[in-house]
Amino acid sequence: MSGHSNWPEWIYIAVVIALMCWVGAEAWNAERLVEHVPADAEVIKVIAQQWFWTFEYEDGTKTIGDLYVESGKAYKFEITSKDVIHSFNIHDYVVLMDAVPGRVNTVWFAPTDVRTHDIQCREYCGLIHYNMRGTLHVEEPSS
Amino acid sequence: MVLELQKPRPIWQIMFSTHHTDVGLLYLILSLSFLFMGGALALAIRAELFLPGAQIIGDAMTFNRIFTVHGTTLIFLFILPFASAVGNYFVPIMVRYKDMAYPKLNAIAFWMIPPGAALVWLGFADFTWYAQPPYSIISAPGPAADMWIFGLKILGVSSVLGALNFVVTILKCKHPDMSIGQVPLLAWSFLASSLIILVAIPTFAAALLMLLTDRLGVSGFFNPAMGGDPIAYSHLFWFTFHPEVYVLVIPAIGMMYEIIPRFSRKPIYSYNSGIFAFVLLSIVAFSSWAHHMYATGMSFTEKTVFMVGTLAAVPASAMHVFNFIATMWNGRIKFSTPMMWAVGGIALFFSAGAGGVANAAMPLDFATHDSYWVVGHFHLFVMGTIAFGSIGYLYYMFPYVTGRMYNETFGKVHFVMSFIGTILVFFTQHILGLYGMPRRVFDYPPIPEWIAMNQIATIGAMIIGISMIIFLANMIYSSGKGKLADTDDPFGLGGKYYYPFEAKNPKH
Ligand code: HEM
Ligand SMILES: [Cu+2]
Ligand SMILES: [Cu+2]
Repeated sequence: MSGHSNWPEWIYIAVVIALMCWVGAEAWNAERLVEHVPADAEVIKVIAQQWFWTFEYEDGTKTIGDLYVESGKAYKFEITSKDVIHSFNIHDYVVLMDAVPGRVNTVWFAPTDVRTHDIQCREYCGLIHYNMRGTLHVEEPSS
Repeated sequence: MVLELQKPRPIWQIMFSTHHTDVGLLYLILSLSFLFMGGALALAIRAELFLPGAQIIGDAMTFNRIFTVHGTTLIFLFILPFASAVGNYFVPIMVRYKDMAYPKLNAIAFWMIPPGAALVWLGFADFTWYAQPPYSIISAPGPAADMWIFGLKILGVSSVLGALNFVVTILKCKHPDMSIGQVPLLAWSFLASSLIILVAIPTFAAALLMLLTDRLGVSGFFNPAMGGDPIAYSHLFWFTFHPEVYVLVIPAIGMMYEIIPRFSRKPIYSYNSGIFAFVLLSIVAFSSWAHHMYATGMSFTEKTVFMVGTLAAVPASAMHVFNFIATMWNGRIKFSTPMMWAVGGIALFFSAGAGGVANAAMPLDFATHDSYWVVGHFHLFVMGTIAFGSIGYLYYMFPYVTGRMYNETFGKVHFVMSFIGTILVFFTQHILGLYGMPRRVFDYPPIPEWIAMNQIATIGAMIIGISMIIFLANMIYSSGKGKLADTDDPFGLGGKYYYPFEAKNPKH
């Protein structure tokens, strides 16, 4: 147990700690930027229930399963659930937020392309969880 | 150091015994049985996911029940009892005491497991291994859900009793000539993990009771319809189960600390840094539980706190890896089966930890959370690190328990197949997660990348499955018919020096 020096271990630990500080700082900074919701973001209410999504737009219209947005605009989702916990996920845009009954969680995004993307549920919610899917339609800007 | 008497005894003598090696043997048989039962469920899951559409399992409800019981079984009925088996055999010997501190309590703790296991298996609940409310309250079908709750309650009590026994045995019963700073690292690992159990488990025990009364409708702790908060359950659950992941991994690391120096024919690089890392890990284990909950709507500050708490645990794990590599460095390594498992386990431990850091960095977690990435991440720990360390240790203790040698070639074949299989399944699942596939799904849309990754993972799982059959045959055949082991030096390492903690158990 004796007869060797410990300095390689100290250097190694210092490197690991430095790496973790770097990861932490980068993550902190990125998350801070990501969470800053633009002031002009349009609000879309997302209501989850077993096993489909309802979207309610600012003008009061509602769609089920299909979500329509315009490319180049910012949207803020206000997400909640009517029954159990679900998780609203547009994987292509790294949009992920739990839909928790009794709470409203928010997350925002600004689509930049013109095409469709998958919407899915990422939190186990029972029998048809695997098929609680929807479609995001990103359309040409109207103006 | 013969751990078990070689003359055959009637089974009931072992069952009603309270001697530590007998209880250890019972734990061993139980845990291995559940390894195979839980593993069979995993193969069913993988077979179903080989192609989109329903093939093997047929309906989503059965599928959901299968992955729930799979996870519950392998954590509570394989990993934990296996560690108890090793602890029962070795801790009293290592602290030079005649038995566990409370032999009857020890046997009681063991005998609580079969009823707990029966409740889990006969119920076959569907609400995943974390029984998240309100699903588990308002939606999960009974009596399966209630049986799971009672089963886990019993397993939790058993775990606490076992932990209590280890703590007292190590701290109070160790030989007076031996200071706590001379206790082998394997015994230290049991001290650390037992202390975590004692602090962590009561929280989950409380949450389970609240869940039960919520299900009965007499309370509404976690039920939003009655003014409760389901996220409170998540906090209680993860306050227990993030530390619990260290309860699972620390004994496996301890087992590697026995194997690596022996087969490197060198003393451990730094005994003190091993102890330090165990103690540090047991403390920081409690600072990171809500990294499982970034997407529940936590504030920026909360997320930051738990990210820092998570990253703080990394240096302690990294110290173990360093210690292992430094021990092997310049050693005369003999790659017998136990050593192969231990070294493979360390490599996978390192990869798993790297993935964990990515999960912990909060913006990245929104890409990985509840996707197949997470499944890949924790399986690299539970299978790649913990099961690898445990199986390696099983080969290592085999000659001491049975007095016979296992078949070395088949042991190595078992390792190589499992190692390749593990990489195929769980590295692929990380990628599958990055492609966006959610976990816990019975079926998936025919996206070409998803199909390809799922097929690779299924093939990997089948390779592991076949290797486990070889393993089972090797164990059963060799324990009866294997060639007699030289119990002074079964692995031909040369010289007693390499078994420094061999102490005669007064009963043997
Ligand atoms: C030491 C052995 C470890 C084990 C046994 C383990 C086990 C697990 C398990 C079981 C889960 C998933 C739980 C679930 O959702 O069902 C998980 C998730 C996670 N682990 Fe680990 N883990 C270990 C180490 C680590 C380390 C070292 C880190 C970080 C440096 C880490 C970071 C995470 C994070 C952030 C998650 C949450 C991922 C998510 O759900 O998005 N883990 N781990
Ligand atoms: Cu769902
Ligand atoms: Cu955790």
